[in-house]
Amino acid sequence: MTQPQSVGVVVAQSARFTEPLTLRSGDLLPEYELVYETYGELNAARSNAVLVCHALSGSHHVAGHYADEAGNVGWWDNLVGPGKPIDTRRFFVIGVNNLGGCYGTSGPGSLNPATGKPWGADFPFVTVEDWVAAQARLADRLGIERFAAVIGGSLGGMQALSWTLQYPERVAHALLIASAPKLTAQNIAFNEVARQAILSDPEFHGGHYYEQGVVPARGLKLARMLGHITYLSDDAMADKFGRTLRHGKAVYSYDVEFEIESYLRYQGDKFAGYFDANTYLLTTKALDYFDPAFEHGGLLAPALARATANFLVVSFTTDWRFSPARSREIVYALLHNRRNVSYAEIDSDAGHDSFLLDDAHYHALLAGYFDRIEV
Amino acid sequence: MSYRHDYEVITQWIAPGEKVLDLGCGDGGLLKHLGEVRGVQGYGVENDADKLLACIRNGINVIQMDMEKGLAGFEDGFFDHVIMSLSLQAMHNTQGILSEMLRVGHEAVVSFPNFGYWRHRQSILNGRMPVSESLPHQWFNTPNVRFFTIADFDALCDMNGIIVRERLAFDDGRLILDEPNFLASVAVYRLGRPA
Repeated sequence: MTQPQSVGVVVAQSARFTEPLTLRSGDLLPEYELVYETYGELNAARSNAVLVCHALSGSHHVAGHYADEAGNVGWWDNLVGPGKPIDTRRFFVIGVNNLGGCYGTSGPGSLNPATGKPWGADFPFVTVEDWVAAQARLADRLGIERFAAVIGGSLGGMQALSWTLQYPERVAHALLIASAPKLTAQNIAFNEVARQAILSDPEFHGGHYYEQGVVPARGLKLARMLGHITYLSDDAMADKFGRTLRHGKAVYSYDVEFEIESYLRYQGDKFAGYFDANTYLLTTKALDYFDPAFEHGGLLAPALARATANFLVVSFTTDWRFSPARSREIVYALLHNRRNVSYAEIDSDAGHDSFLLDDAHYHALLAGYFDRIEV
Repeated sequence: MSYRHDYEVITQWIAPGEKVLDLGCGDGGLLKHLGEVRGVQGYGVENDADKLLACIRNGINVIQMDMEKGLAGFEDGFFDHVIMSLSLQAMHNTQGILSEMLRVGHEAVVSFPNFGYWRHRQSILNGRMPVSESLPHQWFNTPNVRFFTIADFDALCDMNGIIVRERLAFDDGRLILDEPNFLASVAVYRLGRPA
């Protein structure tokens, strides 16, 4: 058996769509561009395609690195590559940046064809369902009628679930990792605080900050700091930072004293340096709105009756943002519909972030599942 | 994959196309067998990480949960049969799980090692805890936490109003009709809900 390897140097591609997309909100996106990457080869039967859906801050850059940026490694590189759980010697893997994104796909920072200026706050609200609809058009473009698997973590898992409801015949297997059938009120609350941090930043300018040559970096930083707290478990934070003081004692200042403060500020600043605030707003709203059971009186079982895929649902014991109980709701609703479903609750101390880490058991499960997928 | 002779007995009691839940399903061997010969729609429950992985590798539907906490989430009467093959002795909440099995299944199938088997009694008389084919572990590393006999289990069913629809007892794969509590090492029960 060969050692797992990187897919190596990758190149982002772009697809332009000129047929308007009617969004769930009722708005129309007249034209748009999707940025994506692919790894491995599509087989002759076009039956080995795997779609990887990204979460809040992710992108189409799932694996490998860029020729001129060796350090810019894909966000799920530990999972995708030759000899890795999603083995690119067998599967043709696609990562796509979702609508409203800030990595090249049409979003608030791109030009509104009607005005010639950046969309800013005028970019329409996009939902998980809209993302999936756009991904389906990309699949059409690439000649993929049916995915061997659609996989995603967190918000990405919601997209994978939505695929099985919007296009049941186009998904053979769906892998929902650290996900939920809808956000809880507590989860929406965290998103709302994050949004208020951005919306109340004086440099937000109602979302039209591009023309002003500024970015609401302080708001975005706060949003990210809050997010990071919820992605870690109490134990992980205690282990990693504890109450360690930078100066070894209290110095009675608002500068960094505790190491956790340093970590959060660093993560917040880093994120505010590359991510777009409008994208953050749109994406958190997409998270909030996702609720396939809503049209079924809040009942998940009838909502999932359309799905025909086989499912693997995975959660992590210390994930309190997308807790195991939320994954179990999906499992029992699928069971009610007599779907093939397996569920694993991975023992992990890393909280919600666990889905991005390369825990041996977690990856063995995914590898075991993918190995059985027929292409 | 694992294969045990109690699988044959259990298989006889399963009709084609049933919905089956196997508690403590191990590597999924029984469900695989039932899928092949009975075309059942099978789900396993397992809480051991390695066994869960084995099920995934064997293509068996498996749900990770701690059965000691019951089967909350599974709907009443959803399954035709709920099976627990050679695992009941490893559970603390014996009565709780039996009641849950008969809640989510129309019938329950339970197999367990008979602690009253004569070789086990002989071992105790000789002053040592039994180690045998049906009780393969030493006292210090056994996963078993409940040690009971066929007679004990009959009494428990009687006490809880659980209907014993069928009971087969075996020694080394041979059916034992006389004195099963003494001569059989393993028993397999088909149970119905209290009237």
